[in-house]
Amino acid sequence: MYTSADLRKGLKITIDNEPYIITAFDFAKPGKGQALYRTKMKNMITGSTLDRTYRSGETFEPASLEDRKMTYLYKEDDHYCFMDTETFEQVHVSESAMGDAVNYLIDNLPVDILLFREKAIGVEVPNFVNLRVTQTDPWVKGDTSGSDSKPATVETGYVLRVPPFIEEGELITIDTRTGEYSTRVKG
Amino acid sequence: MGNGWALLRRKKALTERGAILNRIRTYFHEKGYLEVETPFRIPAPAPEAEIDAIPADGWFLHTSPELCMKRMLAAGYERLFQICRCWRAGERGVRHLSEFTMLEWYRAGADYNDLMAETEALVRFAAGQDKITYRGAEIDLALSWERISVPEAFERFGGLTMEEALAAGSFDEVMVGEIEPRLGQGRPTFLYDYPASRAALSRLKPGNNQLAERFELYLGGLEIANGFSELADPAEQRARFEAEKKAREREGRIGYPMPEKFLAALEDFPEAAGIALGVDRLVMVLLDAERIDDVVAFTTEEL
Repeated sequence: MYTSADLRKGLKITIDNEPYIITAFDFAKPGKGQALYRTKMKNMITGSTLDRTYRSGETFEPASLEDRKMTYLYKEDDHYCFMDTETFEQVHVSESAMGDAVNYLIDNLPVDILLFREKAIGVEVPNFVNLRVTQTDPWVKGDTSGSDSKPATVETGYVLRVPPFIEEGELITIDTRTGEYSTRVKG
Repeated sequence: MGNGWALLRRKKALTERGAILNRIRTYFHEKGYLEVETPFRIPAPAPEAEIDAIPADGWFLHTSPELCMKRMLAAGYERLFQICRCWRAGERGVRHLSEFTMLEWYRAGADYNDLMAETEALVRFAAGQDKITYRGAEIDLALSWERISVPEAFERFGGLTMEEALAAGSFDEVMVGEIEPRLGQGRPTFLYDYPASRAALSRLKPGNNQLAERFELYLGGLEIANGFSELADPAEQRARFEAEKKAREREGRIGYPMPEKFLAALEDFPEAAGIALGVDRLVMVLLDAERIDDVVAFTTEEL
């Protein structure tokens, strides 16, 4: 059971017997007023969205989802194919259900596939994923523009900001919860 | 996972924050204010229905330095300011940190109108520039600052009267969803005259006991400061605190002892006004920062 104070982006809860994921979250508290927990949610089956504002002390059931350990195999048309590492069973996940996970998909990436009534409805990637930088401009020594980051493209095509010292071909760690650069993989 | 880079990324923001703090102190020293430091750990926070203090070894971390500073005012100090850390349990979001930095100042012989004027002067001085851009929209501090009463704001932006919102229990929702986003756009806005039920330590408006002499400052939809003409009647203050305590008990919130020394000091309290300004919020607007995290060295989660 969750309470209002647990609400945050990415949390999955049950509303009217259906699983919802919180896609945007805002804590608000007008001066001397009460705490308000403002959410935008997406129905994990239909994709329909919902805006709800809650007050302190409300309770929520976690979404009743089964998750299974799988690895990424390949993409086919608008579906992504994963394989259960124990049973070798394969499942397909639609592009719309993939969400931000597409930014981190490399061969054999271990993921959790979320199943609701045996249908794959979402993918959770590890919190930290190592990806190789395929394109970034070189750092101009003596750059006095004060810029503290630059864009870089990684092997999945995802573009993010990295520190100026990162070079093409380097392996970097990305925090998939924020989509941001975390650290450089030494080696 | 080391986060040295994340910390270093904030260097520019922290440098500007330091300069803003410097200008704030300069402003108050030039206006004859005494900078004071009152204890962070206190036995009895003001009982307010919606603000929770964090327990600390049998006492509490203060949620604001208000009660100690007002005791000093009652003792005869006339102009005081303080910049300090405050703590509020459970407040965390894009614009909230449970531990944050507050600027409070108090002035004897002043009311909330005087303080609105002084807040204008201070914010202009602290900004060091007239035009700021926050989240893509320009705010011109040199224009005359907008003033809207709370009842007016409900009718103009909320689509219902303040009384209707209070009766429906939707005051805070309408404030957050409909009113706040429209305040402080283009120029700063003072929202003033709050319902008496939303101002536990403010004086009521002469001739209208439904409203309190309380105001808030908004820049770019963001609430920056909360000030009021101070309530100086110990019996009335005790009754308000009792009501707030009851509300806390009803909701099962942590209980505090009655702040008796503060109530005793109110016997000698001068006419005065005081204000609390969220320093992190002001820095956010002046630096066009999206998150409060961007303007502090460490958030709680990073410790």
